[in-house]
Amino acid sequence: MIWEVFRQERKGQPFEHAGSVVAPDAEFAEAWAREQYGRRGESIGLWLVPRDAIHDVEDWADEFDLKYRRVDGYSIKARLKEARERAAAARAG
Amino acid sequence: MRDEQAFLEYVQGGGQVETTDWMPDDYRAKLVKFIEMHGNSELMGVLPEREWILRAPTLQRKLALTAKVQDEVGHAQLIYRVAEDLGKPREQCLADLVDGKAKFHNVFHYPTKTWGDVGVIAWLVDAAAIISQKALLKCSYAPYARIMKKICWEESFHILHGRDVILAMVTGTPEQFELVQEALNRWWGPLMQFHGNPIPKEDDPMYVWRIKSQGNEEARQQFLEGYVPQIWELGLTVPDPNLRRGDDGVWQYTEPDWAELKHVVTGHGPRTEDRLSFRRRFLDQERWVRDTVLAA
Repeated sequence: MIWEVFRQERKGQPFEHAGSVVAPDAEFAEAWAREQYGRRGESIGLWLVPRDAIHDVEDWADEFDLKYRRVDGYSIKARLKEARERAAAARAG
Repeated sequence: MRDEQAFLEYVQGGGQVETTDWMPDDYRAKLVKFIEMHGNSELMGVLPEREWILRAPTLQRKLALTAKVQDEVGHAQLIYRVAEDLGKPREQCLADLVDGKAKFHNVFHYPTKTWGDVGVIAWLVDAAAIISQKALLKCSYAPYARIMKKICWEESFHILHGRDVILAMVTGTPEQFELVQEALNRWWGPLMQFHGNPIPKEDDPMYVWRIKSQGNEEARQQFLEGYVPQIWELGLTVPDPNLRRGDDGVWQYTEPDWAELKHVVTGHGPRTEDRLSFRRRFLDQERWVRDTVLAA
């Protein structure tokens, strides 16, 4: 059985994927992961997750064009330039 | 993305790949070959040092050497795990290793004659290795790059340990100093061969696929730039009369013996057979442990 190992370096930091171990059960996986990822105090927490339990999502189709939800959906440079020019022209009267 | 050309452009642009992503067969094959050789080298690399655990000069040195051996076997485990996810089971890697079908680094085919050799291995062989390994932190195969973080971190401790061993000897008796100089003379050739022949990186498939992020000669230059001054400042002599740093910052040296490199890594080194038969014996003797654990 393959266990994915996530480690946390310091309190408050995210758990990051570190690697994986092969072990028949959680207890063995823990012993193994402690040895591989915590021998010198480099981790303060480990998450051990059976690989089969991970639901992988990697399809990010954007067929409805949801750009309006994001900053890259707005290009203001040209309009801003025009607005400034108009304002300057109005001031010059 | 299922197009080899697009994949190539992706990795050459700094893109990284995960285990479950599609990858060209040639990329997967090159990765497995590279990673397997790395794993083999970690596993075989402990043997020259293991021979000195019982003969270490002090208890402190014995403990440090034991810890280093333990770290490196651990690295082999991590690395074989990555190879396993790419389709080559660890058992197969080990079988190919002991059958002489797979390679490991040139430096692990040589004898460890004195405690001076242990120091030179721990300092300079590890220094050469960490230069290659640091370049793998940017490997296009992300799971390999991730485990390299832990490996590099532990290797830095190994280099410091090696430097400490060397410093203790060069500040000791004239005989101790001489042991270091003799060991350096023995190891210089293999060290200069370590990063491989200077083929242009664009012709190196491992670079083309961005498995490695630097060329062989770049790595060797980095080694010379970083370590020759450190060797010289201790009063040691590098056994190459042509070694010097050019005005352009490029190190010049006597052409390494590439025929020796080839001969050694294809299984004809002075200690190749001894060390493989040692591995073969233990692999056999400890099969029951693996069988029991994996069957639990």
